[in-house]
Amino acid sequence: MNPASPTRAIVLWCPDWPVFAAAREAGLDLDAPIALTEGGAVHSCSAAARRDGVARGLRLREAQYRSPALTVLPYDPALDVRAFEPVVRRVEDAVPGVQVVRPGTLAMRARGPARYYGGEDAAARALLDTARQLGPEVRVGVADGPFAAEQAARAVRSSPHIGIVAPGGSAEFLAPLPVGLVVDERTRVLLNRLGVRTLGDFAALPADDVRRRFGAAGAFAHDRAAGRESNGVAARTPPPEFEVLAEFEPPLDRIDQLAFAFRVRADEFIDRMRAVRLVCTAIRVELDDERGGRSSRSWLHPRWFTPADVVDRVRWQLQGAGTADSGLASPITALRVIPERVDSTANHEAGLWGQGPDERVHHALTRVQSMLGHEGVVTAAVGGGRMLADRQVLVPWGDRAPERREAPWPGSLPALAPASVFRERHPVALLDAAGATVAIDARGAISSPPETFAVGRTAPARVRAWAGPWPVVERWWDDARARRVHRFQLVDHDGCAWLLVRDAEGWWAEARYD
Amino acid sequence: MTQAAPLPSSTARLERVDELQARIHGMQSTRLETRAVPTHPAFTGLLPGGTLREGTVVEAHGSTTLVMALLAGPSASGRWAAVVGMPEFGVEAAARFGIDLERLVLVPEPGRQWFAVVAALADVIPIVAVRPAERVAPAEASRLAARLRERGAVLIAAGPWPGSDASLDVEASEWHGLESGHGLLDEREVVVSAAGRGGFVKRRRSKLRLPDRALGFEALDEGPGAADAAESPPSGTEAGLAPVLHGEFRRPA
Repeated sequence: MNPASPTRAIVLWCPDWPVFAAAREAGLDLDAPIALTEGGAVHSCSAAARRDGVARGLRLREAQYRSPALTVLPYDPALDVRAFEPVVRRVEDAVPGVQVVRPGTLAMRARGPARYYGGEDAAARALLDTARQLGPEVRVGVADGPFAAEQAARAVRSSPHIGIVAPGGSAEFLAPLPVGLVVDERTRVLLNRLGVRTLGDFAALPADDVRRRFGAAGAFAHDRAAGRESNGVAARTPPPEFEVLAEFEPPLDRIDQLAFAFRVRADEFIDRMRAVRLVCTAIRVELDDERGGRSSRSWLHPRWFTPADVVDRVRWQLQGAGTADSGLASPITALRVIPERVDSTANHEAGLWGQGPDERVHHALTRVQSMLGHEGVVTAAVGGGRMLADRQVLVPWGDRAPERREAPWPGSLPALAPASVFRERHPVALLDAAGATVAIDARGAISSPPETFAVGRTAPARVRAWAGPWPVVERWWDDARARRVHRFQLVDHDGCAWLLVRDAEGWWAEARYD
Repeated sequence: MTQAAPLPSSTARLERVDELQARIHGMQSTRLETRAVPTHPAFTGLLPGGTLREGTVVEAHGSTTLVMALLAGPSASGRWAAVVGMPEFGVEAAARFGIDLERLVLVPEPGRQWFAVVAALADVIPIVAVRPAERVAPAEASRLAARLRERGAVLIAAGPWPGSDASLDVEASEWHGLESGHGLLDEREVVVSAAGRGGFVKRRRSKLRLPDRALGFEALDEGPGAADAAESPPSGTEAGLAPVLHGEFRRPA
């Protein structure tokens, strides 16, 4: 067996790419200790955090103990890929035929760039300068095969951050590295027990024996360890560009102007996707304003976006709580719309006779939404909680409802729910026979039975029936969100029933059974 | 004994007028028969014809539960429902009373555009409940009524609505289960009075459990003449009911 000699490869590696991407998105300083967590453990961390002793796989509590100033962010794989895309595109401009090994790592053949730039060193320098323009820290490695090149890039410690392994020198370069780099955890433990600790030891084993004992995967790892990697560079085909960017010079400060100016680009955005038979079901809208602020939000669509829908989302994002003709706090300089999720049109083909009434309902609701704003039309779900306002979850039409978790909620109200739940509690007066406000002491006993009841400033009327107090004590361990209230049911003079709440401030009507 | 016959008392005369009006009304049908919408059986004795009808406007005053009870029947039969301008509409109660939240759309604060929102929704959503934010101009109301008839939608107005087909009013309400100092609300008896055009002229009353112990709705007594109200005009013998009010007499539109 005579494996083809490995291709010379260049690997461009950005150390701590996930941290860089997350810190830039959150606007954090990279020199501060930052850790990204996934499933309660540290996924990656910044250099400062590493100096404090934070490492991958550490439990979050332990990491915070080692580095008290640690900023913790959730790890977002989608953000990694999204943030790496501009780097890939910039490198593709300089060197065609790039393979994205993973976000933060690029591989490419060395032959072309080396001839174009006049030598591997010059090519590596050119790549380094290209990628550095976008901000991240970059290392470049050149060796036989992408694996060895990546190890070369990782091994670089000092400026100019370029590691070149001479042709044929890969096996020697790789020999002192740990064997865990090429095999999975189980095999690594096994090899260690057999006394095979470095790639050099592993490469020294006879290839046929390794294949017989560890199968194809073992043989592949063995080739890598010996610097005989048969995998070349599989260059990606650059995906078509769907993202649209509209820059406004001079900056626009009125929503209707912006919506009008963006209309044509929105048509273009959707048409470009339609041309390759794709529909878009989620977009991200990014707005840059003159003061350097940026607003970014993703929008889902219950079906798929039409150009008018895209313009609506842009308007809603700008509008916030205001109305369509109101001015903006700061003029907008750039507007970018990125498709987040696309799907083949074949999955969304309309039936021959339309798709029944739900499609019409959707169109009507979208129309109402474009009149009132995104939050104007909501669907409802019953959520968890003890207070009634917590229990109703209102989700704007088109957004995904939060997942519902069944929980017993001891202390919530019994089955009969009030028909009217006030969004803002109304102040009420509950007085006893002597005309004093009914009070509840620390042990939950009332001072005297209620006699008269008044909502707002109406004249007090007799109470027909009442029951309570039923205490609700929540989150006593959390000062900011603690809640300690007493509830009452009460039937007033007219035969209308109320749900009252007594808190430290006084009596309130939470809901009405009407 | 000089007087030959006693003059009919004023109430008897009123009854006679009512009876004649009812007969006139019955003879000149002002509208085409429209299709019934599945309605909760508790309303059989109250609504003209016993059910909600497509293309009509029903006023429901004084109770959110009454609005929910009207929505529950159509919603249970798979229709979409919309609620406009009622920010305090209790979602949990609605779900417990049998309204399907998957097909319920809320527009809690439509603001000044509430009428346009109702018109847009009524185009596709078969049952729309609305609390009018302001007085509705009769011309606008009749334009919307034409649209409702064309689309076969039902509008439930939780407030005054010019030209409504029926109007339900909660006149009295009494909760059971709560005493002074103990107990728990469990059911409520209400007296609902209904008036309207089309099926009947007189205001009629009915006792309902709204809601009952099992979170449903139940009619406690069938109003006299309720069963045949759909087909035949009510006769004057209904006077057994409490104070007789004049039904609003409207000229056919």
